[in-house]
Amino acid sequence: MSVMHEFTKGLWQDLPPFRLVLGLCPTLAVTSSANNGLGMGAAVIFVLVLSNMLISMVRGIIPKKVRIACFIVIAASLVVAVELLMQAYAYPLYQQLGIFVPLIVVNCIILARAEAFAAKNGVAASVADGLGIGLGFTLSLTFLGSLREILGNGTWFGMPVMWEGFEPFRIMVQAPGAFICLGLILAGMNVINVWQARRKGLREPDPVGCSGCGCCSLDKKD
Amino acid sequence: MEIFQLFIAAIFVNNIVLAQYLGNCPYLGCSKEKSVALGMGGAVIFVIVVSTLCTWLMQRYVLAPYGLGYLQTIVFIVVIASLVQFVEMFLKKMVPPLYAALGIFLPLITTNCAVMGLAILVQREEYDLMTSLLYGLASGMGFTLALLLMAGIRERLDTCRLPKALAGTPIALIMAGLMSLAFMGFKGMAQ
Repeated sequence: MSVMHEFTKGLWQDLPPFRLVLGLCPTLAVTSSANNGLGMGAAVIFVLVLSNMLISMVRGIIPKKVRIACFIVIAASLVVAVELLMQAYAYPLYQQLGIFVPLIVVNCIILARAEAFAAKNGVAASVADGLGIGLGFTLSLTFLGSLREILGNGTWFGMPVMWEGFEPFRIMVQAPGAFICLGLILAGMNVINVWQARRKGLREPDPVGCSGCGCCSLDKKD
Repeated sequence: MEIFQLFIAAIFVNNIVLAQYLGNCPYLGCSKEKSVALGMGGAVIFVIVVSTLCTWLMQRYVLAPYGLGYLQTIVFIVVIASLVQFVEMFLKKMVPPLYAALGIFLPLITTNCAVMGLAILVQREEYDLMTSLLYGLASGMGFTLALLLMAGIRERLDTCRLPKALAGTPIALIMAGLMSLAFMGFKGMAQ
């Protein structure tokens, strides 16, 4: 039951990066097409599930003082594995994603989940958490990528979907479109959160923001 | 002349935040006040230059000669993480005024993808050491510029009556989008 809950919370309650605002750089950078978003998400799932599993296995052995360094090294080794796998089996995607494949290692999702969850919970729960959060991240990225690709290019996964004579908003597949789309989605999330809380008669929730990630204060908790 | 062009290109045309999508977390997290933005920008410039130096030397004299190129990611992150720790200790002991100004920002920089991203970027572009350092310096300055502009805007936004849903991060992202649109106007100035 609780394992199931750890899995499902990543799909809505803690959905990154729309409700749990972290890992913004890859979110903005690789979502110029739905395909890239999906590929990036898959790479993140791989790293996140395995890093959560390994960290929760060794959590008893790691001294508290050097735990961040240990997390980083574990994540970095997995990222190297992902890089090699992608070079071997998905080279075009690897080239599309560019430096954002190695940069998964500094993606705060990995570190934040390691610190907030895997370092405190058992292996099964940690794997479920990684899978849920990773899947949520993939869905979000694919959604944002689809939105930008459809509006900015008139295609979805490379197939033309808009009507004849549709003039694509070129700006959507470039940097400004990424920022503005994500901003509007977060605003939409705020509206949904408030509406949900009112319907259930709860207190109005805090607006979504990057304060929920906690990466910035990781080193201070020592 | 080429160096000057590279400088302009790195600050304006290929601005590290607004065109290359790197370092977004501090860009949103540390842009609420101008003084904080300045401190963070200073720390990033400093760390980027030092880390570019270290990772470049590491790649050239350790990874490349022994055919260990595939270990780049793991070696770079370890170098950067230990470097940040070391810089922090050094400043605390030797240059207390600088530590007082930048100290609280240093630990945040390990997970700042601008630093790591730049170290990888100069390797992919195959710049020589001098160009890499200048590129790092210029990118850090571009980051500081974007951060300062954003802080200035957000200080004013505080006094505006925004729709509740937009307040905070969403409006900051939309402002970043508009700023990035403005920065696209620099295209053509330099490559």
